[in-house]
Amino acid sequence: MEVKDALIQYCLRLGDDAMIMGHRLSELCSNGPILEEDIAMTNISLDLFGQTRIIYTYAAELEGKGRSEDDLAYLRPEHEFQCALLTEQPNGHFGNTMARQMIFSVFYYHLFKELSKSPDESLAAFAAKSLKETTYHMRHACEWVVRLGDGTEESKWKIQDALNDIWSYHHELFEKDEVDEKLIDMGIITDTATIADDFYASVNEVIERATLGTPAGGWKATGGRSGRHSEYLGHILSVFQSLPRAYPDAKW
Amino acid sequence: MDDDKRLEAFQAKIDREEKIEPRDWMPEDYRKHLIRQISQHAHSEVVGMQPEGNYITRAPSLRAKVVLLAKIQDEAGHGLYLYSAAETLGITRDELLEQLHGGKAKYSSIFNYPTLNWADIGAVGWLVDGAAIVNQVSLQRTSYGPYSRGMVRICKEESFHQRQGYEIMADMAKGTPEQKAMAQDALNRLWWPSLMMFGPHDADSPRSGNALKWKIKRETNDELRQKFIDKTVQQAEVIGLTIPDPDLKWNEETGHYDSGEINWEEFYNVVKGNGPCNNQRLTHHKRAHDEGAWVREAANAYAKKQLEKSKVA
Ligand SMILES: [Fe+2]
Ligand SMILES: [Fe+2]
Repeated sequence: MEVKDALIQYCLRLGDDAMIMGHRLSELCSNGPILEEDIAMTNISLDLFGQTRIIYTYAAELEGKGRSEDDLAYLRPEHEFQCALLTEQPNGHFGNTMARQMIFSVFYYHLFKELSKSPDESLAAFAAKSLKETTYHMRHACEWVVRLGDGTEESKWKIQDALNDIWSYHHELFEKDEVDEKLIDMGIITDTATIADDFYASVNEVIERATLGTPAGGWKATGGRSGRHSEYLGHILSVFQSLPRAYPDAKW
Repeated sequence: MDDDKRLEAFQAKIDREEKIEPRDWMPEDYRKHLIRQISQHAHSEVVGMQPEGNYITRAPSLRAKVVLLAKIQDEAGHGLYLYSAAETLGITRDELLEQLHGGKAKYSSIFNYPTLNWADIGAVGWLVDGAAIVNQVSLQRTSYGPYSRGMVRICKEESFHQRQGYEIMADMAKGTPEQKAMAQDALNRLWWPSLMMFGPHDADSPRSGNALKWKIKRETNDELRQKFIDKTVQQAEVIGLTIPDPDLKWNEETGHYDSGEINWEEFYNVVKGNGPCNNQRLTHHKRAHDEGAWVREAANAYAKKQLEKSKVA
């Protein structure tokens, strides 16, 4: 595999994760438990779509086939998306959303810290900008996990259940295939294995403060990076892509 | 000081164009009128998130999605800001929400109409935010300090929304035939409800008397509506869309557009709760609120525990 091809695929994965996560959060508009959380969810969604646009634009530029950010977002079929299954999972209740967001943001916080040192300047700049946003997303989600864990009896079991359910989806974020190996070899990205300790340390610290139990192992979700998704992605895309697909000649 | 003297001093202050602040004495009716108006305004910002949110997941480009998300975030911020302004009058947000859920407090009827195609998102920005601006620019000079300052801040963002909405309409109007048809359809459905946003004719507006005297309102419903019509008709012409009013015509003498009569039966019907989406909007808001109860309880319980810990420490 050529380095450039690997980098294109890698950027698409970053973009797909951000886009589908951003989409899930955008579904929550006007559904928050308080108005302040409506604002927070919209804000995080907005940041993620901002990240999506930057990294898709870069991927399209590297590819050099004249595709735009919107072509990548709206005109690729389901199996060409490479997002992690974590991002596709439904919002559920507020605890489900926060547990999912904590895992996503903690992982990306540590990843972006490393990627911001990449010798690829565009990737490094993207990571540095995204790190700032992700730091806020992470704090927001972690604080809510703590509040729910150490709140009422009901909130405690709800967030514990949510954490247990979503835990199966964190392994995939650390997976590596030939795309990653190539870029690691070339020194463009960091091996996710080197951020695993930091990830678990951050999550465990939150779990402890939240007076929760460590979620148990068991089944490990996989497949997103090779285009094998959960059933949810097809539904997400059928909504997301509906207008440009129904009116292919239209410019919006 | 007895109430008559207080009232006199209060009116004199208003007549001098000085702002009334939360700690100042104010007649009970002034306070009530403001709570009703500001909370109605706040609820409108919040309920308005629903029809616009209806298209977030289907925004046809990433740019359009980001613009819409940012707009809705602004509206939520306006809601928050206005709830705080209402709270300075001695009522809590919980009480305000109770009034909304109980049907005692209203929100703008425009949000009881559905958004049915992407051009509606343009039309909402262009017409609904456009109508809101006319009203809110006028309210920047309202006599109650916190409300007036809120309006100054909010107006800046609203004019942004209006421009972005108009941009969507303009793009669609010069797009494919299907897009143009969507744009015209959106205008056809949302034009009259937008005019209704200004409320009944002055002659049928029972509460305007005091509101004008106390400078809560600075211009009448009909004056504001006329301003909106005058500026919007030309904007429609520029992008080649037709306002759905056969009686609309320029009047040389008055220097304004004459327009057809609003369907007041529809207006009062929607106000009473019988619009196409009244039930849907209120049910949605209640559901989200009820489903979030355990989260709010948890946050309160956690805050209490932290407070106790800090006392012990
Ligand atoms: Fe607003
Ligand atoms: Fe607005």
